Amino acid sequence: MSLMAEVGQKAFNLGVPLAIHLDITYRCNERCVHCYLDHDDHGELTTAEIKGVLDQLAEAGVFFLTLSGGEVFMRRDFFEIVEHARRLLFNVKIKTNAVMIGEDEAARLRALNVDTIQISLYSHRAAVHDAITKLPHSFERTIKGIEFLRDRGLRVTIANVLMTANLADHFATQKLAADLGVHYTLDPTITPMMDGDMSVLALRIPGEELGEVFRNPALVPNQEEFCAPPKPPSDEDLEGYSCSAGHSFCYISPYGDVFPCVQFPLPTGNIRRQKFLDIWNHSPQLQEVRSIQARDLTTCSSCSHVATCSRCPGLAFMEGNMRGPSTADCEKSFYRTGVPTANMVKQGLSKPRTFASGAPLIQIQPAAAIA
Amino acid sequence: MPETYIARSSAIAARMLAGEMMVMNSADSKFFTLNEVATAIWQAADGRTPLSQIVRHGICEKFDVDLAQAQLDAERFVAELSTHGILLVSDRPFSDPAAAAGQL
Repeated sequence: MSLMAEVGQKAFNLGVPLAIHLDITYRCNERCVHCYLDHDDHGELTTAEIKGVLDQLAEAGVFFLTLSGGEVFMRRDFFEIVEHARRLLFNVKIKTNAVMIGEDEAARLRALNVDTIQISLYSHRAAVHDAITKLPHSFERTIKGIEFLRDRGLRVTIANVLMTANLADHFATQKLAADLGVHYTLDPTITPMMDGDMSVLALRIPGEELGEVFRNPALVPNQEEFCAPPKPPSDEDLEGYSCSAGHSFCYISPYGDVFPCVQFPLPTGNIRRQKFLDIWNHSPQLQEVRSIQARDLTTCSSCSHVATCSRCPGLAFMEGNMRGPSTADCEKSFYRTGVPTANMVKQGLSKPRTFASGAPLIQIQPAAAIA
Repeated sequence: MPETYIARSSAIAARMLAGEMMVMNSADSKFFTLNEVATAIWQAADGRTPLSQIVRHGICEKFDVDLAQAQLDAERFVAELSTHGILLVSDRPFSDPAAAAGQL
């Protein structure tokens, strides 16, 4: 086990929030076709409130801080926030589209010793990228931003979201990242919109296409192990937990709502009304999330994939049951190994059922709207 | 023998986890955890206190260890962290240690 993995396990066991994803705004200069956010400002945390949250997070033991949005550069106080975070010695990662990054911004980020900048890029072709972002010339501006950051010696990762609109482009986009001298990640996950609109799921790539992604050695180096049929789960596997959401990781929205993960919209509290540590330590919702072991999962506890599946409890929650299967992950497990999941067998399916728009998923809203 | 002064680099991220300090340098993402003694040296690295004093008062008095051995261990530890850009080392006090150190 690597030192980092050991520390992660230690934080998990102790219930220390080692990593936090903080969206500082939902406003954005792009209108990506697959985006799940409502881009209007419904009362973002002020600069002082965000600084106060960062103070609390440092005190709670948070080490890894991801600042994201929306587009982080839409906030005029963005650098003030990063400066404060770095003064508190967080390891800071920033997610951005880089459209607003020029030479000066790159120099400032370098001077602030930001760890990594993750930049959304959806194609090697300007026409495809711009059609997804709906912002003319965004491809050109994003590439320039990447170059400014790279030239300053910052660690840059291109994050591509695989969807029907760019399915044919991911190999060439990966090559573009290599030509630019930056890292590359690919994620086929499309998340339902915050208002419960499922139509965006129509952009998910057909499951059959996942096989090709899983067999790309540049993305999956240990293919034999990765695509091997699952072994029968052990008792230890059944005592395991899905992921770090709510255990050593959580998400804070621009309105101060705290959730187990950015993809797990279960409201657990609001830092405008409570101290972060009060929410983290005493929220009944977080305690419930933490209590769920693999053996408690409906259907999945009897699935041969239970120990190796990437089952996302947040996506399962959005399907109506945080202890239930996440269909998107059933699909991944099936196309990764060729072995049907218990969820598929239960439904009498030989192939996973792809979501149709309008499927009966729960409605998701910002917690403020619920309160 | 000249004194050694140490200051924490401003390029690092750091946080305590269960009594151990986690440290990471943004330049190369190298990750370290420091044991209790190393953490005490790290926390005392204010750029103004000589290493010998840190060892004498911050280590020997607290952890009941032999001074000569503790000094040797501290020098080795400082040399290793300085090669990773995590600690800055000088034979003179730092003029602006706050710029290097940040707060914990």
